[in-house]
Amino acid sequence: MQRFPPWLVIATLALLALAALAFALAAGSVDIGIAAVARALFAEADDASAAVVRELRLPRALAAFAAGGLLAVAGTMMQVLLRNPLADPYVLGLSGGAASGALAALFAGAVAWVPPAAFAGALVSTFLVFGLARGRGAWAPTRLLLTGVVVATGWGALIMLLLTLAPEVQVRGMLFWLIGDLSGATHGGAALLTLAGVLIVAMYLARDATLLARGDLTAASLGVSVRGATLALHALAALATAIAVTVAGSVGFVGLVVPHSVRLLIGNDQRWLLPAAALAGGALLTFADTIARTLIAPSQLPVGVLTALVGVPLFLWLLRRSDR
Amino acid sequence: MKPTPPKLACRDLALSVPGRTLCRDVAFDVNAGDFWVVVGRNGAGKTTLLQVLAGLRAAAAGTVILAGQTMADWTPRRRAQRLGFLPQNTFDAFPATALEIALGGRHPHIPRWHGESTDDMRLAGEALAAVGMKEAAQRDVQTLSGGERRRVALAMLLAQDPEVLLLDEPTNHLDIAHEVHTLEMLARLTRERGRAVVMAMHDLTLAARYATHAALMSGDRVETGTAAALLTAETLSALFGQSLVTVAHPRGAAFLPA
Repeated sequence: MQRFPPWLVIATLALLALAALAFALAAGSVDIGIAAVARALFAEADDASAAVVRELRLPRALAAFAAGGLLAVAGTMMQVLLRNPLADPYVLGLSGGAASGALAALFAGAVAWVPPAAFAGALVSTFLVFGLARGRGAWAPTRLLLTGVVVATGWGALIMLLLTLAPEVQVRGMLFWLIGDLSGATHGGAALLTLAGVLIVAMYLARDATLLARGDLTAASLGVSVRGATLALHALAALATAIAVTVAGSVGFVGLVVPHSVRLLIGNDQRWLLPAAALAGGALLTFADTIARTLIAPSQLPVGVLTALVGVPLFLWLLRRSDR
Repeated sequence: MKPTPPKLACRDLALSVPGRTLCRDVAFDVNAGDFWVVVGRNGAGKTTLLQVLAGLRAAAAGTVILAGQTMADWTPRRRAQRLGFLPQNTFDAFPATALEIALGGRHPHIPRWHGESTDDMRLAGEALAAVGMKEAAQRDVQTLSGGERRRVALAMLLAQDPEVLLLDEPTNHLDIAHEVHTLEMLARLTRERGRAVVMAMHDLTLAARYATHAALMSGDRVETGTAAALLTAETLSALFGQSLVTVAHPRGAAFLPA
């Protein structure tokens, strides 16, 4: 496939991200012009539409952007770590753990506890998988992958149980969380800070990650501290995923399709791929979420439905054409 | 003045894989200009020996000494500036151009947060030219044949430009022209630039033609010495359990199954 200069792709993605954010602030039950959006953001306007932009749409748009960016960055790292271009942030069962936590909180009626419970569930799942997959002091990709898949199946059973036992009024909220939903999104600022932090540390390790993709032995022979770099990247990916699912629920396909697509455009040099994936993932989820809340307004769709609707055909198409 | 230490040495080295000891009390020096071949049957421990010498795997006992300093005292990056290793297999699961892969060899020479310099670009380009892949610099590795991928992996090691080159069957998948070309190039690196080469290979005739020294691994011990003394029909027949005869030719001897 034709490659493009990385800087050009990143510049284009940055513009797309800005456009997605502007669209998210302007579109909705009240359409607000771009000029009014700019006034609301920068000129301290205090009419009703400025309040809508600042207090409703901006936090949600930032949360969507951060969650999308985090998932794409985590997916990029998981694909390198497992040396498998089909890996995604959830492949080690992390989203199952988060979902179990979130649904348990919903089941108990403690809606305010959903985010911390989701985050705790993600961490429990991570430690469980890494604890169980540890063989003779090293984590072989195949072993991790198998352990992750089995643990995810276990979480799946727990999720089914909670869905079965829950009273009907709660099931709808649970389903929305499982599909991925940003309607109640908070902590957008914290998620954005996490994205920035994760990206900075990941960029520090970017050249090592590029070499790790070519095998542990090759990387080690070129002076990469394989154990340290692998552990750091796994920790970063887990943190990014945990924060993203805490904010947005288990949104699918962003973490799989975005890194894969961007890699087809610019190659696997992680110094370019990581920031490009962050921008593309953020733009995609922001755009999808805006469509999700405006398509059949006043009703809202869970954003995961849209990312999956776009993601499935796109991914199948990429898979077909990569099989040259 | 102290004599220069060998480029690479091992002392009292013992190697084991789970459930089996491969050899013990191995000791030899690899000096500038040496061309070592490691020969032995499948599973005799050639890969294990090379990985231990490269500092990528712990020995069961003994020490490896790189430029007079114990391997454990080298940081991975400083070690990689002096010693390079070509594994038997490399992973090409992700797209990358031949040039990007060759540039990866410069990793230990580039500080963090820095990009590749024009010197790095030049060295990577020269490395690709040395393996005959200059025209394919922008080709994606996933579109290359097995032999071409092997040559790109070799270019990565050449771009790294280490003083000691350890290679695990570098001529796998290569046609005979590229096999000879590769061995000529490695021999030139030892002769003209004082590099030291240690490589595992199965072609005994070519091994005998290019090597200055040999390590014969029989599965429980390692015999080391000059290539002329060790790479004979007699010792190789005993090593492989396959009777061999020598066919003499002005360009060197060839080994044939008897």
